Amino acid sequence: MSRLLAAALLFAPSIFAQAPEIPFTGQINLLKLPPTIYMGEAAGVATDSKGNIFVYTRTGESATMGGSRFFTHGGSRLFEFDRSGKFVREIGIGVYGFLFAQSVRVDAQDNVWAVDRGSNTVMKFDGLGRFLQVLSRKPESVNPEGPAGGGGRGRGGVPGQGIQGDNFNRPTDIAWDAKGNMFVSDSYTNARIVKLDKTGRFIKTWGSKGSGEGQFEMPNSVAVDAEGNVYVADLGNKRIQVFDNDGSFKRQITDIGAPWAVCISPGSHQYLYSSNSNPPDSMDNGEIYKMDLDGKIIGKFGSAGKLPKQFGTVNEIDCRDPNKLLVGELTNWRVQQISLTSH
Amino acid sequence: MDRILNKLIIGALFSVAATVGHAQTENLSPAALATRAKARNAPGIPYESVPNAIRMPPNLYLGEGIGVATNSKGHIFVYTRSQATRLFEFDAKGNYLREIGQGLYGFVFAHAVRVDPEDNIWAVDEGSNMVIKFNPEGRVIMTLGRRPEPTDALAAPMPVLNPENPGQYIFNRPTDVGWDAQGNIFVTDGYGNSRIVKYDKNGRFIAQAGSKGSAPGQLNLPHSLAVDAKGNAYVADRSNRRIEVFDNDLKFKTIYDNVGTPWELCISPGPHQYLYSSNSFPDANDYTLASVTGEVYKMELDGTVLGKFGKAGKQLGEFSGLHEIDCRNPNELYVSEIQLWRVQKIQLHPTAAEGSK
Repeated sequence: MSRLLAAALLFAPSIFAQAPEIPFTGQINLLKLPPTIYMGEAAGVATDSKGNIFVYTRTGESATMGGSRFFTHGGSRLFEFDRSGKFVREIGIGVYGFLFAQSVRVDAQDNVWAVDRGSNTVMKFDGLGRFLQVLSRKPESVNPEGPAGGGGRGRGGVPGQGIQGDNFNRPTDIAWDAKGNMFVSDSYTNARIVKLDKTGRFIKTWGSKGSGEGQFEMPNSVAVDAEGNVYVADLGNKRIQVFDNDGSFKRQITDIGAPWAVCISPGSHQYLYSSNSNPPDSMDNGEIYKMDLDGKIIGKFGSAGKLPKQFGTVNEIDCRDPNKLLVGELTNWRVQQISLTSH
Repeated sequence: MDRILNKLIIGALFSVAATVGHAQTENLSPAALATRAKARNAPGIPYESVPNAIRMPPNLYLGEGIGVATNSKGHIFVYTRSQATRLFEFDAKGNYLREIGQGLYGFVFAHAVRVDPEDNIWAVDEGSNMVIKFNPEGRVIMTLGRRPEPTDALAAPMPVLNPENPGQYIFNRPTDVGWDAQGNIFVTDGYGNSRIVKYDKNGRFIAQAGSKGSAPGQLNLPHSLAVDAKGNAYVADRSNRRIEVFDNDLKFKTIYDNVGTPWELCISPGPHQYLYSSNSFPDANDYTLASVTGEVYKMELDGTVLGKFGKAGKQLGEFSGLHEIDCRNPNELYVSEIQLWRVQKIQLHPTAAEGSK
């Protein structure tokens, strides 16, 4: 009986079924890791202008007891591969802020930015892997039972808004406009977007917890188009909110499930991709939508699962080439290359 | 000649042990009385432990011997709790070959390792709440369950672990994995939940059974799992001190409650399958347990006890916290032990009545 029920649920017509299916192939063995290096949850994936691939993965933190406090470290690793998937190197070995990988993005100058949800930091590396800059600060210690030790980061001001500055509390993503201004989604505890200039100086913040216009529940991903509009994956509210460059609400895109990851492709005709990822405790949904910037759905592809061409909680999309995407999957511990055909 | 002599000596030792055990009955703790196996007077199967069955390289040490399994080539895989949880591979002669999964995200606190018919290696980790499938080359090709995100003060609230409805894809300290002939996957889950879960070969949920309790079909610490050739699933229902058998759709079938506290089950392959169940010596807190635990029972699949071997202790051929059995060859077992940080190779010499086929 329960099997029948499960089968019925499995084949229930999706409310999003009207979007056409985009034919695609999925390559799960693109990246070749050395024998003694393993991928964990592939939280972040990005490419640079040469096609090199960067993967920010969760590999498991450890804790040290010092006095009466616990200090955590070493929970994530950043790997670089060439465009053919050959392992090039590891970046940031032992870096202080690598604790719980959330995403990685490459800016217009090919700098590599790692966003870490555990240490609350966003770290900038140059193309050679040298550390350049850090936003926010890692809490000094953790307390398994209560508030964070040291700092009280991001807890000032109106609940969910964070205080003025780059004091993040579980940040999720970063994007840039054409002038190099940065937009950071500061998500799980705060619910806001932080705008900084290209030097890292704080400009403004907007958003708070809620479901109204300009409010967020877990803004999990952010992308900026060529005109400087900011697209925020408002995961908990199942919508993408679009703001102008100063944070004024413009519109929202709905009927695309819960957006876990968004990506806007470069070039003269920009596309918006959004993943309705399966939560890690389910194998429902999982499809990725391809849209025009105004939210018009061009098509969708994929579904949740563990096989090739299926997805295990996509957490980041790279769309530098709009027909050859890379997706980082949390629960399948892999990066999959997606080749879209004829669209 | 040596073999016959061994049989005689070990047989004699067993009759002495049985007598001593009987004489001490009045001194047993309540726990010891409760866990004493009804089948404890089963015949002792002659056996010996092969010394130095596996050999570590210098500067590499085994921790708690949590899991041991062999593949079709006889290679031995050992899953151990040391300063980190680690998985080692040895050749059929016990020579160290390599480590698998160095620094793996899913390696937190080892619980079991098993090898499937295609020689894929499966690690069950009760710290990360994950079951991880490696191909024979040692690369991860599938995961089940998910390691919880770090529970520091910065974290979003932990997902509510609901014992009534734990969900289809999240485990709470899982313990073991097995497969039927179609490749369907069975997981015992575990210390936190009290259920057995069935997935198809691609990891998609099919069914689950069990809830916490002691009624037939309920479970209280399902600690180990084995699946026979017909697809029946045998669960070591440890805290209820019984083996429960479920059919392939996870309908409850029957109970075997005569072999003490089953910590570990193994079903041998081949046309005549045997079921091994370990009434493991838990720890040294209650040493009266030592006289009524430690033995491994050899059974028919229908629960008939054919014989037993082993006893609690620290010498070769004795077992302390036996935690996993490999029985690919029903007369040449590998066993791993928690308390003694080792793996033993056990040669059994059963008579015809004890299943020498």
